[in-house]
Amino acid sequence: MHGFANPKRFLALAGWLTPVLLTGGLLLTAAALFWGFTQVPPDRLMGETVRIIFIHVPTAWLGMGGWTAIAVSSLVFLVWRHPLAAIAARGAAVPGLVFTIICLVTGSVWGRPTWGTWWVWDGRLTSMLVLAFLYIAYIALAQAAQREGISARIPAIFGLLGAVNIPIINRSVVWWNSLHQPPSITMGKSAIDGVFLMPLLVAVLGFSLIFGGVVLARMRALLADIQAEARLRRRAMEAD
Amino acid sequence: MKAKHQRLVLVLLAIVALVGAALLAVYALRNQASYFYLPEQMQADPPAVGQAVRLGGMVAPGSLETLPDGITVTFTVTGREASAIPVRYAGILPDLFVEGSGVVAEGRLAADGTFEADNLLAKHDENYVPRELQDMSEHQAAEMAEETTVGLE
Repeated sequence: MHGFANPKRFLALAGWLTPVLLTGGLLLTAAALFWGFTQVPPDRLMGETVRIIFIHVPTAWLGMGGWTAIAVSSLVFLVWRHPLAAIAARGAAVPGLVFTIICLVTGSVWGRPTWGTWWVWDGRLTSMLVLAFLYIAYIALAQAAQREGISARIPAIFGLLGAVNIPIINRSVVWWNSLHQPPSITMGKSAIDGVFLMPLLVAVLGFSLIFGGVVLARMRALLADIQAEARLRRRAMEAD
Repeated sequence: MKAKHQRLVLVLLAIVALVGAALLAVYALRNQASYFYLPEQMQADPPAVGQAVRLGGMVAPGSLETLPDGITVTFTVTGREASAIPVRYAGILPDLFVEGSGVVAEGRLAADGTFEADNLLAKHDENYVPRELQDMSEHQAAEMAEETTVGLE
């Protein structure tokens, strides 16, 4: 495990893993969406709009998964001071935000025909919107840590603090009366019929691979950015 | 104790404190953060007459009636317990609004105990079933009706 904390070894691994994840993820997602959009019968109540599930659910899970990754990486960075852990947390922030926004938008489009409203301030929708704002704040803090020289521990602490929201999102539909329905998939049980569940699980796998590939690509870009800055600084010092 | 271990203990303590604070906040919010009243909650602790609130539950099967004016409907909303509140609404019904399914009504409680709704939102349950299976055997249908929660857990 510690071997991969070495940036050089990480870059060698990420170099070939990134395209593998991205290509595999794009192919799987395309297959799952083709399956879900064209090969699956309509739902008994919602009709054709049920197909939004194949984008909405994977992006919702990965939006929450992204912050979980930020929190775990921040913990590792705070305790063991691995610089790569801070890079990993930053790498998960932008794809996490993008997936959270996709989840919010597809949910809104789905809510209009099924519930009769684009948006309500119930527990699930509100806590998911809070997650999007947390991502934006985290990205701003992490950038400040690199450019303005504030301590890298500040975004890491914020990453841990924000993790409180993740179980709240997950439990919001159980703790409080909400317009959003309770979870369909719970420990070993699914209220989603197999014809919808199979393409959904393939879509979850595909979107997850894309997410992983984008995180690795972001980490490589951030490492290159830091190296270039260090080199410029050194050159400026030598010139003096 | 190494510095690394000290930091680990410190961070873990901070996480425990944080989770404790969050749980307390969630507990304090348990009523305010709910999007609607269930009928039993509304009966146990009725809001002031005329105050804007939301009522959520199941549209009782067989209770939906259209009044002679053609646009006003009345129905009964039931919750998890044997409690029911009559609702009156004039307007367009959402597509997914059917008897035996979930609904959230926005409006106010009238003095006679009827809930006067200005807006209806359909609330569906967590089951996703293809249309083909609608003609499932009676036994299966009964089983699903037994299991459905109308989105009320």
